[in-house]
Amino acid sequence: MEWRDEGIIIGCKKHGETSLIVELMTPKHGRHLGLVRGGRSRKMQPFLQPGNRVEAVWRARIDEHLGTYQIEPVEMTAAKLMESAMGVNAIQLLGSHLRLLPERDPHEAMYSALEVLLEHLDQPEIAGPLMVKFEMRLLDELGFGLDLSCCAGSGVRDNLVYISPKSGQAVSAEAGAPWKDKLLPLPQFLMKTSNRECSVGDLADAFYMLGFFFDRDIYYPRGVKPPESRVGFLHAATKKWPVT
Amino acid sequence: MSTKRIAGAEIEKLIQLLAKVPGLGPRSARRAALHMIKKKDQLLTPLAGAMADAAEKVQICSVCANVDTQNPCSICTDPRRDSTTIIVVEDVADLWALERASEMSVSYHILGGTLSPLDGVGPDDLNIKTLVDRVVGGEVKELILAVNATVEGQTTAHYITSQLEDLNVKITRLAHGVPVGGELDYLDEGTLSAALRSRTNF
Repeated sequence: MEWRDEGIIIGCKKHGETSLIVELMTPKHGRHLGLVRGGRSRKMQPFLQPGNRVEAVWRARIDEHLGTYQIEPVEMTAAKLMESAMGVNAIQLLGSHLRLLPERDPHEAMYSALEVLLEHLDQPEIAGPLMVKFEMRLLDELGFGLDLSCCAGSGVRDNLVYISPKSGQAVSAEAGAPWKDKLLPLPQFLMKTSNRECSVGDLADAFYMLGFFFDRDIYYPRGVKPPESRVGFLHAATKKWPVT
Repeated sequence: MSTKRIAGAEIEKLIQLLAKVPGLGPRSARRAALHMIKKKDQLLTPLAGAMADAAEKVQICSVCANVDTQNPCSICTDPRRDSTTIIVVEDVADLWALERASEMSVSYHILGGTLSPLDGVGPDDLNIKTLVDRVVGGEVKELILAVNATVEGQTTAHYITSQLEDLNVKITRLAHGVPVGGELDYLDEGTLSAALRSRTNF
């Protein structure tokens, strides 16, 4: 078995004294692991870092094997990411999120979203909303997508300001008024019809709202803890947010 | 099929244990065992004694988490060292590496690893709380974060910084860039761009 694909490193694990198990996100082969022999050498360690874009050749005798990677660097993003708290938390968070997807299952849309996000990690006002949209797409890919098209109660398509924690569907201001304390906030920058830009408050609301669905539908049923890096990313993005 | 035994159970056990030492495999463990057996009086017996002594006396320092035969360790109790500066390292091996450089005579704090979601290592698994307690309760003026230049190392460094941001302590980190004897042509782009971004006046 052999394939060649581009990919972005999302995690590395030491294996023995000289090798690494590298976890790549690729467009055609999804999240895929492989052994890199000599991956802990001085020559290879700088480019075998999460966040770097690489060209990989995977080989194995049979498809079920872990297999070995031969990796060539394409774009070294990790060094830049390491300089900011937002960068390191983002790459750790993206890795944790992508690990929720099944292995070797292609998710081209997630790969494209990852690529775009990595390009903007030095700008919190862009990276913050992109991370929120990445999380929404991930929920969708995992089968728990939110429905922001119309109100769950009245069916109207305007003035949708809440989201129902029960159904994950949007709720209008009028229909949701009696239950507003129980509903989750729906930041307006997420609405396709809205031109409103994301503010720090909107970002915190979106993280709170999505965190609820991740906890209930993903982390709790799987028995895993929410990633610490999610809090770290929000904190770093809020701190670095440009003052208007 | 069972492998054929070539020596008594005691020697086999010695070889098996030596093979678990980093840098040694079954073949090199066999060579090392044979060498020690041949030099029983000069090597095997003193080594066994030294290992028994170390196993009996080795302790983890309650202040910095260093390994020593006394608690607090000889670094923490050394009055000649500057206790207002702490170098934070991931592992005892990093402390030994920095001590070999002999550049600063300061105190240390060993984290015991780095934050790693892939390995399930969170802040509670590292000695971060004891570091914060040391800074809060002591006379610390500067904290030098000497963690590895990896994504996991730097995540840990940023996490520590966020935990200490409200305290009046200077936090610095090691420079990233061109190693001594390094030729630019052979360096990776990531290291070169980090070196350019952290350039200094000449």
